[in-house]
Amino acid sequence: MVSELSDIAGATASPAQGGAAPRDEAAQHRPADHDPAAALRRKWRSRLYRWDVKGSPYAFVSPFFLFFVAFGLFPLIYTGWSSFYRVELTNLDAREFVGFHNYTRLFQDEFFWNALRNTFTIGVISTVPQLLMALGLAHLLNYRLRGSTFFRVAMLVPYATSVAAAALVFTLMFGTDYGMINWALGHLGFGHTDWRAGTWSSQIAVSSIVIWRWTGYNTLIYLAAMQAVPSDLYESAALDGASRWQQFRHVTVPMLRPTILFTIVVSTIGATQLFGEPYLFGGTGGEKGGSAHQFQTLGLYLYEQGWTNYHLGRASAIAWTMFLLLLLIAAVNGLAARWLRKSQ
Amino acid sequence: MGTTTKSHRHRSRRTAAVALAAVAALGASLLAGCSSDSGNTSSPGSSGGKGKTTITVGTFGVFGYKQAGLYDEYEKAHPNITIKENVIERNDTYYPQLLTHLAAGSGLSDIQAIEVGNINEVVTTQAAKFEDLSKASGVDKSNFLPWKWAQATTADNKTVALGTDIGPMAICYRTDLFKKAGLPTDRTKVGALWAGDWSKYIAAGKTYKKSAPTGTTFMDSAAGLYQAVSNSYSERYYDSSGNVVYKTSPSVKTAWNLAMEASTSGLTGKLKLFDKAWDQAFANGKFASLPCPSWMLGYIQEKSGDSGKGKWDVAAAPKPANWGGSFIGVPSAGKNKAEAVKLAAWLTAPEQQAKVFAKQASFPSAPGAYDLPAVKDAKHAYFNNAPIGEIFASAAKSIPTLVIGPKDQQIYTAITDVGILQVEQQGKTPAQGWAAAVKEINNALDQ
Repeated sequence: MVSELSDIAGATASPAQGGAAPRDEAAQHRPADHDPAAALRRKWRSRLYRWDVKGSPYAFVSPFFLFFVAFGLFPLIYTGWSSFYRVELTNLDAREFVGFHNYTRLFQDEFFWNALRNTFTIGVISTVPQLLMALGLAHLLNYRLRGSTFFRVAMLVPYATSVAAAALVFTLMFGTDYGMINWALGHLGFGHTDWRAGTWSSQIAVSSIVIWRWTGYNTLIYLAAMQAVPSDLYESAALDGASRWQQFRHVTVPMLRPTILFTIVVSTIGATQLFGEPYLFGGTGGEKGGSAHQFQTLGLYLYEQGWTNYHLGRASAIAWTMFLLLLLIAAVNGLAARWLRKSQ
Repeated sequence: MGTTTKSHRHRSRRTAAVALAAVAALGASLLAGCSSDSGNTSSPGSSGGKGKTTITVGTFGVFGYKQAGLYDEYEKAHPNITIKENVIERNDTYYPQLLTHLAAGSGLSDIQAIEVGNINEVVTTQAAKFEDLSKASGVDKSNFLPWKWAQATTADNKTVALGTDIGPMAICYRTDLFKKAGLPTDRTKVGALWAGDWSKYIAAGKTYKKSAPTGTTFMDSAAGLYQAVSNSYSERYYDSSGNVVYKTSPSVKTAWNLAMEASTSGLTGKLKLFDKAWDQAFANGKFASLPCPSWMLGYIQEKSGDSGKGKWDVAAAPKPANWGGSFIGVPSAGKNKAEAVKLAAWLTAPEQQAKVFAKQASFPSAPGAYDLPAVKDAKHAYFNNAPIGEIFASAAKSIPTLVIGPKDQQIYTAITDVGILQVEQQGKTPAQGWAAAVKEINNALDQ
């Protein structure tokens, strides 16, 4: 792999020199040839061969990069450019440059801060229980079980369910008058909760959809990592008299550290971009995230500004702020990882 | 993930294979799920084979043209034309897409529908991108209600779209609940209860409440009442010169106060319109009445189901008002403009509007249709055979010419979904609800 990479790296260098290289090499060969036609053919063949060797890897990887440029990089840059303008979806031609105004206004925008706060709290109450449960479930699945394949596939089913289906079912379950959860709570003697109207209740409801969908996915990742832990570690721990719990705490968890960090990073990114679950939980006009925006995440606020109020410039600025936030989070995670490695 | 393969256990390979197969199958079904959505947006404006011209019609929700057999009829009369409809379910997804297509000048259908909440914005900002239909052959201005025609016409007399339906309002009520609460059930007597004054509607609600069947309320929501009252004026969120005046406009103030009175007196079911809980309340007969524009009858029938058959009836509203309705226009970037204009003119002619009404209860914006038997004699079996043609036509004739503005929809949503809902569902005071709505509107209007 390493040598291939350096080949590619070498190949990148020559086109940068302006396509002069092949011509020079051809010139060196010319005096040795006697039959001009055969020489020409040979020259072409070797040229084609060289192009093939140098060019093919690019051709093979190009689909991804072409798609990335079209659907990843271009929107990113275009959004960044738009964020410096006052531009309305209703009149895209009338742009007006406003500098950093779309960013600075976010500091005074209470709707933005509310969305940021909601994104954070929903992120915490969905990610923390989710990862803890995933760890526990992975530990259980790591035992020799009857029908372990069934359980593993079952774990992945929620992940493969579409957000829309999951959110619709959960919205029905959290219904005020006819919801299953209120019905069950009613049997336990609790009054009816209007889940969507309250701040905490709505955020818990949204988080429960996220937890339901993603716990299995993380479980399988943990399970994969657990199966890579050498069994002699457990054996020696057992010989030293460690209980199951101690084995879990002092062997499994430390061995899983990189994986745990990975799932935290992925879950954090997912939580920052949370959109579908609260949007669908909100019902009609779900982008408001409730009448007091009590479960409006940054993703929903972006959508509301862009596609309900048609302020594309403001929406772009929110999008880029989210992107910068994610970079910040990634940096913090990187630092944490480095610190963990050092402390080991 | 690659570490799974390190497992030495016997079954692991099969496990992995099964898991992979399961994931692949589910993944495939997800992709299939996605791709079925894209049926909405297939090749607009393309020409069909065999020299036929395909006219595409982009709509949201159910316009009823296909259901009323109008496309078939037109294709039969014009053998070289085929018509294809691209439907998007909800206008809040449809309209932003229309705007982006207009800006790009591609992806447009030959005919595009526009909802009344967006028509002013289209007229003020997108008029250059639509064909002028005022002078097109087959279009007769006198066929349309003057206010409907004016809503889709620019200051320099360019008509960008033709009116399809309007939403004259009545009050739909449940005779069984009215009877139990000691109110009259006959539709003329019911209409007389509150004729001419919305506050009499609330007074009737207070009478209802005194002996209301348990678990029911007089009306569904304060938001529906707010919408009905505010629309029965000629000025609402904008004045005629385009200034935002909702803070001082008498219609908004009256409507807000009445809605708040209804809500704080316990006359409303505190529901959000078009929400799941609203649907469930229809099915379970939880409220006795609601202001209903003509197009809502189908919705009520669907959600109330068989158990509500014969229990609903329709009475005249206190004041005539319009709620909803649409237009169709021909984008200039379309491929078959000439044919599309002809089709649009034909679809909005009184005869065709009457046919749509007979099928879909979308009320015609062409008064010429009101005297056609399909409208004049129309009765609705589900609603106790109420003479809906007569009720809605008499409302339609005296609907005030309402000034509409570009951001009507955002202002309306902020007042109902933020202001009113905070009072109804979160226990805020009316003053707090109003303050929240104003803040919301300021944020929505600020570019």
